[in-house]
Amino acid sequence: MKKNNLKAWLYLLPAILFLGAFMVYPLIDVLVYSFEEGFNFASQEYYGVGTYNYSYILHDTYFIQALKNTFILVIITVPISTGLALLISVALNSIKPLRNIFQTVFFLPYVTNTLAVGLVFMVLFKKTAYSDGLINLLINAFGFSSVDFIDGPYWAKILVTCIYTIWIVMPFKILILTSALAGVDEQYYKAAKVDGTSKWRIFRKITLPMISPMIFYLVITGFIGAFKAYADEVALFGTDLNAAGMNTLVGYVYDMLYGDSGGYPSFASAAALVLFTIVLTITVINLMVSKKKVHY
Amino acid sequence: MKVVLEHLTKKFPNRNKKIKEDVVAVSDFTFEIPDGKLIGLLGPSGCGKSTTLNLISGLEAPTSGRIYFGEEDVTDISPENRDIGLVFQNYALYPHLTVEQNIIFPLQNLKGDKKMTKQQMKEKALETAKLVQIDPYMSRKPSELSGGQQQRVAIARALVKLPKVLLLDEPLSNLDARLRLQTREEIRRIQRETGITTIFVTHDQEEAMSISDEIVVMKDGLLQQIGKPQAVYDHPVNMFVAKFLGTPPINIFRGEIKSKQLYIGDDRICETDHGDMQVYVGIRPEGVILKKGGSLVCRLNRVEVMGRDTSACCSNDNAVSESIRFIIPSDEMTGDEGDLVAFDIKPSKLHLFDAETENVII
Repeated sequence: MKKNNLKAWLYLLPAILFLGAFMVYPLIDVLVYSFEEGFNFASQEYYGVGTYNYSYILHDTYFIQALKNTFILVIITVPISTGLALLISVALNSIKPLRNIFQTVFFLPYVTNTLAVGLVFMVLFKKTAYSDGLINLLINAFGFSSVDFIDGPYWAKILVTCIYTIWIVMPFKILILTSALAGVDEQYYKAAKVDGTSKWRIFRKITLPMISPMIFYLVITGFIGAFKAYADEVALFGTDLNAAGMNTLVGYVYDMLYGDSGGYPSFASAAALVLFTIVLTITVINLMVSKKKVHY
Repeated sequence: MKVVLEHLTKKFPNRNKKIKEDVVAVSDFTFEIPDGKLIGLLGPSGCGKSTTLNLISGLEAPTSGRIYFGEEDVTDISPENRDIGLVFQNYALYPHLTVEQNIIFPLQNLKGDKKMTKQQMKEKALETAKLVQIDPYMSRKPSELSGGQQQRVAIARALVKLPKVLLLDEPLSNLDARLRLQTREEIRRIQRETGITTIFVTHDQEEAMSISDEIVVMKDGLLQQIGKPQAVYDHPVNMFVAKFLGTPPINIFRGEIKSKQLYIGDDRICETDHGDMQVYVGIRPEGVILKKGGSLVCRLNRVEVMGRDTSACCSNDNAVSESIRFIIPSDEMTGDEGDLVAFDIKPSKLHLFDAETENVII
């Protein structure tokens, strides 16, 4: 038994070494940086130790804006994208002809580059002095005046970001859910049919519980993914997200790390840890809820 | 509620699209299942028995023909309105629901004046659970039950609405040998107590014979014979039915009728009224008496002791299969392995089949 253990550790050693050097050590380092005030990479010096970094970022309006943006994004996109994906998957699962074509269409965004999609969205939503995007032409057709979604009011920019995020995360969710639905044994549906179960009740009482592990997986990864949003915002609004007022937590960390030639690694570390704490809390809450609701 | 099938036919399009011809799963079925009886649909796999059950349940629509429950034509009625209970081969219990929730599930679907209060449902579920003796496990999940217990839950779920007809698809095939014996008696008991017309599908002839009031033997979508188990066993209409019923299976010999005498090879077996023809002779394993100077001579290859009886494995050049098997009471068994032994044949255990049509010759 002991000998086996030794062997097992030996086999795990390469992975442990790599993970230790490239994951655990940096994580601890970030924790340390976040308490070292004014740490400088080049000189490896700092002024003192304390919670000043945290207090600074929590009073930074850019950080508060990023926090707000990220939370709005998470709260809107995760439920809507998961719900829509569920709806589409159930619909896909219940049709026979054209299913493959639709599946391909729904999966297309997944294989498309984020930046390319961002460009398309900009063309769709933008408004310049000379021309309107397609969406604005539609709005005009209904008799309303054009809105600049890319460089205009806050709500418009958030709206476009949410639509964009939902659109880009849905294919993966649809893929997972359609395969989960296909995995539900036909006999349960037959049994329910013989018992005269209504379609809605079949969905609520049989389909949902049967695929609940997958839904739960999508909700957790959806939350984590949405909290880590950054590339999508860059694709839509360019790299200066603070100026656009559309920064996210990850964007804030990035800006702090590389902005102003040299950056503020201490502030970046503190912000990263705040993000980490939020994600951890949400995930733990998710896990606790799932214990009651998810059937394995 | 009696169940009547009239010229029932079900064709499926061929899976191989190049073949235009449809696959006929059930061909021109006509029979009546009397009220309150337990019927076994019996046949080898692929004979259309499950399709027949699906047709009766309404999960499949027939290509042609009618189905009646009592006087009512239910052919075009959807399954939920047919008032049936269906037990699936692998039970199809909802794994995320407890036993009680599983049994209550059909009741919660009831609408209109049939609608029950929660309390009524609970009582009804408990009553049904007691009938199938699963009531101590009401709060367990299906995965925490043994195969036999799951089976009972499935039956309870099918029975809780008091259906007119109970349908069981291979109800015992997922159980081990001992549980199978126990459960089949259980099914018999439950059926007797409720008096619900019950149809069950099986490929195990012993299972069907032991508990059915009547058995329906099928082959390749065609009805072969219907009747009381003993009657079908004693008077098979063709060689297929004779071979399919009985363990060990019937022994088949090539025989010949010459001037009112039946011969197997050179052995003269008995007298018969039929004209000269080639026949197959079927002899049930229990249908012989070991006797010096008996009419049928075989070589004794092996003796298997089974306690009460002995199984004599013999060979005969005219037997269709390489080894033939006779059941002899242990105290009457004589002879050593390798000897030639002679048997007398009980006339009631001897069946003659036309060598060409394989139908019985009476």
